[in-house]
Amino acid sequence: MRPLSADIVACPECDLLQRIPALSPGGTACCPRCGRNLATCKPGSLERTTALAVGAAIAFLITNVEPLMELSVAGRQSSTTIAGGAWQMWEQGERITALLIAFFAVIAPALQIGFLLAILLSVRRPPAPRWVGTLLRWVEIAGSWSMVEVMMLGILVSLVKIAALAKVVPGVGIFAAGGLILLLAAMSSSFDPREAWSRVRWVDGDWPQRALPSEGKDAAEAGR
Amino acid sequence: MTAVARTGLREGFVSCEACGLLSRPAGAEEPGECPRCGEELEFRRRDAVQRTWALVIAAAICYLPANILPVMRTTTLTSEEPDTIISGVVYLYASGSWYLALILLIASVMIPLAKLASLAYLLVTVQRGSARNNRARARLYRILEIIGRWSMVDVFVATFVVALIQLRPLMSVAPEPGVLFFSAVVILTIFAAESFDPRLIWDFSQGKQETDD
Repeated sequence: MRPLSADIVACPECDLLQRIPALSPGGTACCPRCGRNLATCKPGSLERTTALAVGAAIAFLITNVEPLMELSVAGRQSSTTIAGGAWQMWEQGERITALLIAFFAVIAPALQIGFLLAILLSVRRPPAPRWVGTLLRWVEIAGSWSMVEVMMLGILVSLVKIAALAKVVPGVGIFAAGGLILLLAAMSSSFDPREAWSRVRWVDGDWPQRALPSEGKDAAEAGR
Repeated sequence: MTAVARTGLREGFVSCEACGLLSRPAGAEEPGECPRCGEELEFRRRDAVQRTWALVIAAAICYLPANILPVMRTTTLTSEEPDTIISGVVYLYASGSWYLALILLIASVMIPLAKLASLAYLLVTVQRGSARNNRARARLYRILEIIGRWSMVDVFVATFVVALIQLRPLMSVAPEPGVLFFSAVVILTIFAAESFDPRLIWDFSQGKQETDD
């Protein structure tokens, strides 16, 4: 279980061994065989991602508190939030679907933002404790199930459907959701997991830098 | 370039799926754990082909009731009307929003079908040991990972229509079991794409031709 230099990687999609060259700011390294993006040099990634994550947290709160849309027909009013939509599903007997909606549209994005903020704050002073590594794994899973942008398309379609029956007014929540989608996308793309991992303490309690020069021979061999 | 591509598997290195660290495993049978993050190491995702087939078949089975069963039911003073995914698309088209109808048709009907067909194609080519069109197949897999989530759109549409149209006795909308099957299709296909191992696509390539383009 000897580790190699952090520069030598196997492409996660085709397993080709290669050395990641020194990248200029904004530069990207792609696998020569399958074209998968392996690393991008993102200067100031930690600060920028922290700012975007704070913004996303605020937009998330507004999205979930304010009504998404309001409807009035024949003098009767009705409005809904995301949680309200999930709750109505639950009330009407589709409980599994209700839980899924709540998970994809509320819980997963909340975890994604929360985990990322915790990671970003704790890797500022390396080496970061080991639980940061666990969070780095979870933030990826939470991100893959967070579907705010899909929900947005769903809201727009339902607005058009309902507009034929009644007067609908888009609420504050829908605009905040639009902002949240942009902030989430910017946040994920400015985050550099490779850098975060390099700042996390290893399983044996030691810290990475030692692996860089000492395993040079293996590394050179693998990199050819 | 060497004649045979040097992969982690051939050279006896294993890359951690969680943190990406490359290390020399403890043994060929039992690679042990990643020295950095402690995740269990695997040369290839375990039973990737069998698991993916199982999930693809399960999703294909759910696809039929998802499209045949109604996803919601509209009750008004005078009538009661079930709505399937397809009738929702037809309704949008007929009411003039053909672009939304198109989006829903692609997201709900075509993407799940295309995803199932593509995964089956990847599985069959991997099982046959094909070394052709590797780059195209790798790209296909990447697209599958991105588009799968968009099929969830119809479930969100049903949710918000149900949440807003609760004006009893005038008009109310209730969800129907089709929604559940539909979510099942989406989730099963996402899991299927995740359990497939794209490195299998490349494991049979011997020559260097695919490294050169």
